[in-house]
Amino acid sequence: MTATTVMRDEAPAAATRWTLPQARDFETVNALIAAPLFERGSWTWRAWWIGFVISLALTTAFLVAVFLVLTRGIGIWGVNTTVVWGFAIADYVWWIGIGNAGTLISAMLLLMRQKWRASTNRFAEAMTLFAATIAGIFPIIHLGRPLYFYWLTPYPNTMALWPQWRSALIWDFWAILSYILFSILFWYVGLIPDLATLRDRATTKAPRLIYGALALGWRGAARHWQAYETLHLALACLGVPLVVSLHSVVGMDFAASLMPGWQETIFPPYFVVGAMYSGFAMVVCLAALVRWGFGMQSLITVAHFDVMAKVMLAASIVMGLSYASEWFNGWYGGEHADRSLVAFAFTGAYAPLFWTLLLCNVVIPQAFWFAAVRENIAAVFAVAVLINIGMWLERILIIWNTLSHDYMPGIWRLFIPTIWDWITTLGSLGLFALMYLVFVRLVPVVSMHEVRKLVAEEAAS
Amino acid sequence: MTGRLLLAEFSDQRRFVEAARRAGSARCRLVDAYTPFPVDEIFELLDHRRSRIRLVMFIGGVAMAALAYATEYYSAAIDYPYNSGGRPFDAWPAFMLVPFAIGILVAAIAGFAAFLIETGLPRLHDPLFAVAGFERASQDRFVLAVARPDADEERRRVINLLRSAGAAAIRGVEP
Repeated sequence: MTATTVMRDEAPAAATRWTLPQARDFETVNALIAAPLFERGSWTWRAWWIGFVISLALTTAFLVAVFLVLTRGIGIWGVNTTVVWGFAIADYVWWIGIGNAGTLISAMLLLMRQKWRASTNRFAEAMTLFAATIAGIFPIIHLGRPLYFYWLTPYPNTMALWPQWRSALIWDFWAILSYILFSILFWYVGLIPDLATLRDRATTKAPRLIYGALALGWRGAARHWQAYETLHLALACLGVPLVVSLHSVVGMDFAASLMPGWQETIFPPYFVVGAMYSGFAMVVCLAALVRWGFGMQSLITVAHFDVMAKVMLAASIVMGLSYASEWFNGWYGGEHADRSLVAFAFTGAYAPLFWTLLLCNVVIPQAFWFAAVRENIAAVFAVAVLINIGMWLERILIIWNTLSHDYMPGIWRLFIPTIWDWITTLGSLGLFALMYLVFVRLVPVVSMHEVRKLVAEEAAS
Repeated sequence: MTGRLLLAEFSDQRRFVEAARRAGSARCRLVDAYTPFPVDEIFELLDHRRSRIRLVMFIGGVAMAALAYATEYYSAAIDYPYNSGGRPFDAWPAFMLVPFAIGILVAAIAGFAAFLIETGLPRLHDPLFAVAGFERASQDRFVLAVARPDADEERRRVINLLRSAGAAAIRGVEP
């Protein structure tokens, strides 16, 4: 054995600062975070109104599309008898992936004692709520007869029927339902101390009453904090397995079938990593927007973007390996349909999309190996947007490739999206943006009490 | 909150913890502390009984999971047994997910209920809210509550102790 001396940076652990010195004061933190809620006059809100109008228009388009799907049926989409799942299920998987990440990031980083989560967890969890809510719409509207979706629940009925518990779709229903309700609770519990701060800072009656009622009379007593910390940590411990199981179930929606390219044991973990990947990319986008919109440069620092870029880099490598293992197993398994499917993905009608997806998800994120890229917020933002596009293409292609290129060549068909497919997809983005824009004006976008604690620790060290 | 209190307000976290320590060793009864974020050192000084939240969560989660599995078993193996390709009626591996997901949800709800019971929330009215300056305990001040001694001399001793420890303001509260 040759002893190699590894030169390490002499920087102590405390050298990484997650807040800038000018914000290391409780009142500054409070004022900075509460300002968008109470000092509306000090903001121009122009960008907000522009975003609001655009997202409202897109939301209206989304509602029209959903209305038409419900009244005329799914025939207005490009689905056909071969490609029975089109944009709707791909959008669902994409949204639920983003919806997974907020709680996963928040809870996992809490368990791993990553202090920097303090300034990102609130808007990441809000992202989860809105994305998971939108995700919940798609499986319902993709049903041919959406009015019967409640048949998924077990209730005594005159037909004496029960749900089929062996079906992945039933698992999906319960997993999403549990997850959305759990996420609301997790988010609200973390919000209670901040609502109390808002109650105490409010200068007019209505906000004091509303925030006061929502804060439940929180006084910040030692007993309150002890109970809060116990509950919050326990919820985080439960949240991580719930998130992992939820996206595993989404993977099993595909893997529990008999289709080439879907029936793979790697699907559940591969979907979980994919969810974390696209979710982190979305968090980066929102972090950059919140930082810019509310002038939070002192709380959301370049160091935050640096670590999030590192996580995305790791995830992109895992995704690349997952894709490669799919191709390898397709070839090594020797099944003709599987081999033919891989060839179709690389060279068939959707090949340009497939190459774009590989470029966005695997190749471009390798730029994060360079510190100069990780520390350039515009560059991190741009790559994150590309990752989101890449992940959407991945979900689209998982569905299109397999369904278009099944065992039976006689029924091979392509999926051509209609205008309504695009309106449903873009409209859902508008709905997300709308909910987010409303959220930032009603609730502190950054957790005040956690940042106060972080600031106290950083000022002391 | 029982009895009369003295509320000592601190702007510095270290002084606040030090004051709590000194007050504790000087035979004052520490009643509670109100802080803008959790201060671990204070938890040790105030010996509140241990939280039962996790126990409640465990029981709630396991009970719900058992109920969910029982529903699956009853519906698939007893009430409507349906032979599909010779698969077992009680297909337990496939039945695991629903009890798991709903069990976690109910554990969370049970934990939240236990949290409300332990903290006495919701309680929108509390005499403390009427105390001037208390609103800063949720923002940037650390407030220590000690029992107010009835004897004048004893009370003066406690007030002096808190003031010398760096209290910015000391106020009496009648519940």
